[in-house]
Formats: sequence, C-alpha cells, structure tokens
Amino acid sequence: MRRNISFTLNDKPIELTANDDRMLLWVLRYDLRLTGTKFGCGAALCGSCTVIVDREAVRSCVTPLKEIEGKHILTIEGLSSDGRLHPIQQAFVNHHAFQCGYCTPGMILNAYALLLKGGRPTRQEIIRHMDDNLCRCGSHTRILDAILEAADTTAGAN
Amino acid sequence: MRNKEWRGIASRTEQSFEVGRREFLQLSGAGLFIFFASSRLTAFQEPPSQPHLATDFNAYLRIGADGRVACFAGKTELGQGSMTTLAQIVADELDVSFDAVDIVLGDTEICPWDEGTFGSLTVREFAPVLRDAVAEARAVLLQMAADHLRLPSPDDLRVKNGVVMWSKDANRNVSYAQLVQGKRIERHLGKVPLKPVSALTVIGTSPRRKDAIDKVTGKARYAADVILPGMLHACVLRPPAHGASLKAIDTSAAEKISGLQVVRDKDLIALLHEHRDVAEEAMHLLRPQFDLPDFGQDDVTIFDHLLEAAPPLELVSEKGNLADGEKLATQVVEETYLNSYVAHAPMETHSAVAKIEGTKLTVWASTQTPFSLRQEVAQAVGFAPENVRVITPYVGGGFGGKTENASRQAQEAARLAKRTGRPVQVVFDRAAEFFYDMCRPAAVVKIRSGTDETGKLVLWDYRAYGGGGDEASPFYDIPHQHTQSSGGWSDNPAGLHALAVGPWRAPAANTNTFARECHIDEIASKLRQDPLEFRLMHLSDPRMRRVLQAATEKFGWKPALAPSGRGFGLSCATYAGSYVATVAEVAVDKKTGQVEVKRVVSAQDQGFTVNPDGSRQQIEGSITMGMGYALTEEVRFKNGTVLDRNFDTYQIPRFSWLPKIDVVLIDNPTTPSSGCGEPPIITMGAVLANAVFDATGKRPLQLPMTPARLKAALPQG
Repeated sequence: MRRNISFTLNDKPIELTANDDRMLLWVLRYDLRLTGTKFGCGAALCGSCTVIVDREAVRSCVTPLKEIEGKHILTIEGLSSDGRLHPIQQAFVNHHAFQCGYCTPGMILNAYALLLKGGRPTRQEIIRHMDDNLCRCGSHTRILDAILEAADTTAGAN
Repeated sequence: MRNKEWRGIASRTEQSFEVGRREFLQLSGAGLFIFFASSRLTAFQEPPSQPHLATDFNAYLRIGADGRVACFAGKTELGQGSMTTLAQIVADELDVSFDAVDIVLGDTEICPWDEGTFGSLTVREFAPVLRDAVAEARAVLLQMAADHLRLPSPDDLRVKNGVVMWSKDANRNVSYAQLVQGKRIERHLGKVPLKPVSALTVIGTSPRRKDAIDKVTGKARYAADVILPGMLHACVLRPPAHGASLKAIDTSAAEKISGLQVVRDKDLIALLHEHRDVAEEAMHLLRPQFDLPDFGQDDVTIFDHLLEAAPPLELVSEKGNLADGEKLATQVVEETYLNSYVAHAPMETHSAVAKIEGTKLTVWASTQTPFSLRQEVAQAVGFAPENVRVITPYVGGGFGGKTENASRQAQEAARLAKRTGRPVQVVFDRAAEFFYDMCRPAAVVKIRSGTDETGKLVLWDYRAYGGGGDEASPFYDIPHQHTQSSGGWSDNPAGLHALAVGPWRAPAANTNTFARECHIDEIASKLRQDPLEFRLMHLSDPRMRRVLQAATEKFGWKPALAPSGRGFGLSCATYAGSYVATVAEVAVDKKTGQVEVKRVVSAQDQGFTVNPDGSRQQIEGSITMGMGYALTEEVRFKNGTVLDRNFDTYQIPRFSWLPKIDVVLIDNPTTPSSGCGEPPIITMGAVLANAVFDATGKRPLQLPMTPARLKAALPQG
C-alpha cells in the first residue's frame, strides 16, 4: 500500500511516500542513496544488507517498510560520529578485518548489535552471533579478533 | 593463470639483474608512449594484436602541485590489497611518504593498459615494471633538481618526502612539486638501478591499507553504488536452464505498470524502472514459456562423460620412459580422483552501470579485466572501443569469476542504455550469479604410480581430464614420469563441460594438487611410511623441503603411519612461482560424516615479501575459502538447470567452521617476489582429504567431502 511512512534514520527524521511492501534495502540504497548497505543474496542468507532497527540487527533485504514505521534505523553511514570511527570500525581497521569490503558494513553492524547487549562476549558467543554473515574472502579470523578488541573498548560504554 | 616466468620485485637488485633486464627490454621493445589526456587515446594504447605494459613513467605517475603523487594502473582492487602494495612501491622508489600516494585503478581512459588482475600477477609481474618506471622518474627528477639547484650533478642529492636537497646544505632544496609544476616530464633516462633491498623502508612493511577507511565507513563505492540522474534499473529475463529456448511470453500485464519500460532486443528481454524492486516484482507478471532441454549431464554423470568426451590427451611433461618404470616397479598403485564444479560466489554479484552521451559510452563494472571488458562491451553495442570508457570501482571479490568473457551484465547494461537513451544499472541477483558463473571445471584425474623395492618412486603416469594441466607435473624426483592433460578451464571442444567454465582461484592447480598429494599419501601409507618422510625422500628442491619443514615444525608433526587416528594431513604444492606446504588436523563425526577442521598451518615461500600482513591476509583467506571446495561446495545441475541458486544450498565457509590458523612466511628477501594470493588454496583439498584418511582409514577420492559422501563411505553402527 502506498502511504506516508516516517522513521528515524541515523538520528535524522525521515518521511517518505512509498509502497509499504517495499524492502528497506532498496529504499536505503536507491531512494535515500545510502549505498553502504549492500545487496548480496536477497533472501536473508548472507548478511551483507544488515542494518540496525531499534538496537537489533535485521536483514534489510527482507524487511518491508511497514515494519520499520516509527523505528530507529542505523546504517553504516551513521555509525561514526564527528568524523571519528566507532570502536568497531577502528578495530576492523586495526586488524585489517576485510579484504574486498563488500560484507564489511553488514559485519560491523551485526557486531554492533551484539555489543549493544552489553557484557564482554566470548569468542564462541561471537561466532554464534556472526555465523550467518558470510564473507567469501576469508577474513573471518580477523573479524573475530576485531570484535573481541572492540568489545574490550566498548565494555560498559553501552 | 598462465605459464609465465615470474619477475620479482627484488630481481634487479640481486643476482638476477640480467634476466630482469632482458625481460624489461622485451616489454619496452614496442616503444610505447602512453598519455594522460583522453583526447590522445589512440589505437596505440591497445593495438588489436598484442598490447603491452607501458614503460614510460608518465603513464603511471602524476605529481600534483600539492606534492601528492597519483599512480595510475590498469589493475583493480578486488580485496587483495593491490592498491596498498602498489602505493608502497611508488612511495619507496620515489622517496615520498606512503600517505602522499593516491592510487587510481582500472579506468581504461586514464590508466595504462593492463591484461587484468588475476593469476597472482600484480606483485610478481606488474610491480617490477612499475618499480622500474618509478625509479627512472626519480632519477630524472634528481637531474632536474641538480639543474634547478645549479649543481654539477645529482650525485650529492638526497630525497625525503618528495623534497630534494643537497646533502652538503639541506637549505638548498626543491620539491618534486616545484620541479614538475603539474606538467608531464619529457626527459627520460631509460634503465636505472633500483634501490637495494636494504634501503627499502616502505616495501616490506605493512602500512594501513589504502582502502581501510572507505571500507569500514560504507564510503567504498562498488559498481552497483553508482547512481546516476535518470538511471533505470533493469531486470533481465533469465532462462530456467542452459539450452532453454523462449516459446512464448506475455508482457502486457507488466506494460501496465506505471513507469515500467519493457525492452525486447533479440535474446534480451528486460523490464526497466527507476526502482529496482518494481522492475523485479514485475518479472513475476511475465509468465514466459520455455522449451526445456530434457537431456544432458548432471552432477553425477559428468565424470563418465568427461572421460568419454575428452579430446585426445596432450603431453604436459615427461622424463625417462614409462616402460622402464613399469619394469622397476615392485608395487603399483592406481587411483582415480574426482573434483566437482565450484562457483566463485563473490559477495558482490556481477554489476554494471552504463551511460551513453553522444557517441561515448561509459561503463562502471565489477570486473577483474577492465580492458577486455571494454572490447566486449564495445562489440555488444557496435561502438569503437576507443569510444568506450570502463571505470572499475572497488570490486566485491573476483576469484577469477570476473575476468575475460564474464561481462554479460555490462553488455546488458550497455545494450539497454542504447535502447532506452537513459543510464541503466544491471545487478545480477544471486540465482543469475550462480547460473552464469564460469565455474571451476569438474575433473577426473587418473594416476598409476610405482615404487621399487627400496620404496622409491620409479613410475608416474598421470592423466587429467576436464580440469586442465596447470601444476599437473610432479615436483617429486621420479625417474620415469609422464603427465598428460585433456580439456580444462578454457578452450574446450563444445559439449565437453556441462556448465560454463573458467579460471577459479589458481585454475586447474586445485584439482591437480588434490590428486597428486592424495596419491602420494596413499603410496606412503601402503609402504608403511610417514607421509612427511616419504615426501622428503623424493624432494631435492631446497625451497620445497624448507616449506614442508617449516609447516610441520610449527604444527608439531610427529612421524606416524597413516591412518594414525589423529586426523593429521599434509599437502604441498607450487604455484605462481611460490612454494607452499599445509598441515591440518581434523575430527570426523563418523555418524554424520561431518568434518571439523581444528587446525591449519600453512608455510609459504613467495620470495621477497612486499607486504607481510597483506600476504598473511591472502593466505588466511585461501585456507578459509579452500575449506569450501574441500568439504561442501559443488554446483549441482540437471538437464541444464543449475540447482544451487543461493547460499542456503550452496554452503560456503562460515565463522563456525574456523580452524585455528597459523601462517608461516618464509623469509627470502633475495629471491624475486612470486605469487601470493592463490598458492595456499590449492593445498586445501588434499590436506583435508589426507587428514580425513588419517582420522578414519577411509580415503576420500572425490571432492567435496560432503557429510553424505563421507557417511556413506564410513562403516556405521
């Protein structure tokens, strides 16, 4: 159904008129030009399109607009503030926890959702949480190391 | 990828100076001049016969008025770090800071020609050419500085961060930027000596990757991130099977959708809309009817088919003669090894945007080979190649799947842009990515080997069908050996392969290493010898012995007969001039057939290492990616239909698979750099198969070793 939909995107209010069945991924990428969120599989199988909706990681390729009405959306573009990298981003840089970089925004945001839960996750907990985010270049060990480092940095901050 | 002599980065500073020089002259023999200004693009840049790498440093370098140095190269950044290593080379040889170097890659209009980014060529083949060019530029700049500072010669000058100063009085100085003033440098000196390895300060280190900030902030732009005013998204009708033909289609329902354009251009039927998802939804309204092929190979029959349909075997290499080997042999082992079609499955599917302005076509594409993509796209729309510009943004993984002839998406975008008069974006969905992938070929390898009464290999008869002959020849000392190959990852007779095939990260070498290293293990086991000792007994090449010793030492290998029950495996290989040995530990759940990889140690000798951390990334990536083709990855198909269409059935390695990974880089600075990004992956099939044998006593002869296959092979209950 085509209607007005409003939500918060990276701390800014958004109001748009659109078919509320449209998937958030396409609206983010092509209507709002936030192309950091990637298309990978279109079926919630790879995690490249992961964004944060009200503190939870969701797959934007299968999330229709009607499900995000009134909610807070965070994309990779909204993670650093005042030009300063978020500790997870910084840890990904420190560990070179990427190669092609295509899965990286989804990896970072899924890790962000994990660290929002508080506490210091163990390596095993991180693996469980990240397991459905796919990386073809094989940066997995570095991504785990980066998340562990970021967990130390952010512990207590959230 | 090709059987070329490697040329290493250290080559001219060490004993191999003469070799490097000769090759340099070959490269520069055409007397090419490359240029910056687009108006000067001529057939010189890409003559139809054989293009060459530019040797004029002006093709690669531009020194800005602000002192920043731009380096232009026809390579692409696929994730392997070419942007960073090339910047290291420029910074070191020019004496400017790494941070002052900007790298521009894969733009056919402003970057000099390059054949493409594959075959582990960037550091071993392109870097030496670039390094020569930069060294010459530095020498010319020093001459210009001597003139400017009114010194008789450049001998007493030194350079720091792009500022040339007299060593007797640092106040007499001039910067590169002042000398060049943004202009092209007309002076040339030809060949100049390179810095000795001991004087390098950036090469050999691991600076922060040039693409790091872009990639963690979402600013990194890939082809599908190019959004142009008035651009349409195209969804293209895909056939349900290879060999299917369209019988009927009704586009009337789709045509009623507001803003939707239907284009029918011969075989190309596309729906275009300013919203991708609207075009995608409308595809469901088309109800096409296809005539489907009701015959053809499937993923089970393919192996017999390969043996039947293979053209005559061709000789790869030989030594001694097999008849003598047969006479000497007291024990003969014969075995057949099977390997499956495997997809590249990069996270970024094939993507392109095309824009036509007047007679000029610009294409942004995910490609490893922008210059051949330019030719292919030009042909598709009937443009002269010089009127086509290909721009390669960041590429979201390639692995060989975005090389020559893998430009369908770019051709579609260009054809549709021509038809609609608007910029058009085409992004493969995941099913199209699997459907059109040029897979790693399925293959059959037959080996007949023999040992004499002292346990020495005396006979090796190797026949590869369908996979290709790269790295098929054994590096073991075997007096009577004969290696043949038929078919492969390119140039096959029609009908040999059931799916399109092409280069897949170290093409052919994955299959040949799997077969050879499993076979060596089997012989060792039959002779009741430790697999490491048996290998060392047949290896005289010191570099191979060294990687084997380094890997097994790091792993803590203790000699034992396989199967020992420990689940330890070993494999070694050469590729792209490099030597690699890998040791692994697995645990096998005999009830489910599930393999858990617990530990992998890989040691690589790649000559002089330009970027140690970047090398480690490549090796870790190879190990991780290689677990996929060893354990789960195979493209299944039947009657032209590709059955694996997404990551639910096509399982690639994920976090929960991760073994503990250790990488050993052999310190070998006096040997020219060889390939890094591909060699380790080729050891993964055999190392895990040998480890499974060691754990279970059953030898897997087919990859992938899926739980179903292993379970069927193992005694139950």
